[in-house]
Amino acid sequence: MTARIGVVTFPGSLDDQDTRRAIRIAGAEPVALWHKDKDLKQVDAVVLCGGFSYGDYLRAGAIARFSPVMEPLVEQAKAGLPVLGICNGFQILTEAHLLPGAMLGNDHLHFICRDQKLRVENAETSWTGDYRAGQEIHIPLKNMDGRYVADAYTLDKLEAEGRVAFRYLDFNPNGSLNDIAGITNEAGNVVGLMPHPEHAVEPLIGTGRTDGLPFFTSILKKLVNA
Amino acid sequence: MARVVVDVMLKPEILDPQGQAVQRALPRLGFEGISDVRQGKRFELEVDGPVDEAALARIRDLAESFLANTVIEDFTVRVDEVAEAAK
Repeated sequence: MTARIGVVTFPGSLDDQDTRRAIRIAGAEPVALWHKDKDLKQVDAVVLCGGFSYGDYLRAGAIARFSPVMEPLVEQAKAGLPVLGICNGFQILTEAHLLPGAMLGNDHLHFICRDQKLRVENAETSWTGDYRAGQEIHIPLKNMDGRYVADAYTLDKLEAEGRVAFRYLDFNPNGSLNDIAGITNEAGNVVGLMPHPEHAVEPLIGTGRTDGLPFFTSILKKLVNA
Repeated sequence: MARVVVDVMLKPEILDPQGQAVQRALPRLGFEGISDVRQGKRFELEVDGPVDEAALARIRDLAESFLANTVIEDFTVRVDEVAEAAK
């Protein structure tokens, strides 16, 4: 038996196919979810993928957050369903208040696309168990609105509780506070990050390494052993 | 019909690189003496029926939950008196 992992497609999602492919390569079964779905088809976990849902109109993720599929997702995420938000997915998770803080336009005002070095700060979440804390990885990054912001109290709380899951190394590509590339909720089941692990699961493409694959093997192990 | 205006601005402590880019362009255009520019959003809502307290309360809820992200933005809601008077 393997795990069934849902991937939501919103109007304007771009990386749903790559994400389903990454899930398949990791050995799990991808399940396509549509933004108008009113239930999650009994999946064991969900990935909100990258792209520009609703054209990023209003704010990145702001309109997708009110899609029908988000209602059961928010409810079940609060009850422990593992959810990973990548790039636009991360933005949707902050807009839905499943993760604290907010995402704003890159401080240099340009779209950025590069191989980004990251440090895994928290290897205890549902999505990072196959990493070691402190491990340095290379993951493609591509975004317009990647600047993570939160008030000082929230930042201190995230740092104190070890909830900064990933940090940019060597270069802060967007002006994110504390070099934050990704965070987790208190329970560790909801994780969001700007870089794209689904683009780094095969040696042939992405960064030429498979540094993103552990996201998907981590959740598979967690679900199958549960 | 009446118009309600919702203005949304980034909170003062949030960096606004777009506003900064505008401010830096000003001297090139011959505008001196502008020390800071902040860029925001303005929504004009055409409301069917009277804009009473109940309608304004609903629009405030809308602004708080959707038009603005109160983690990073402040908003104000007001009836557009000029548009009203012109009718």
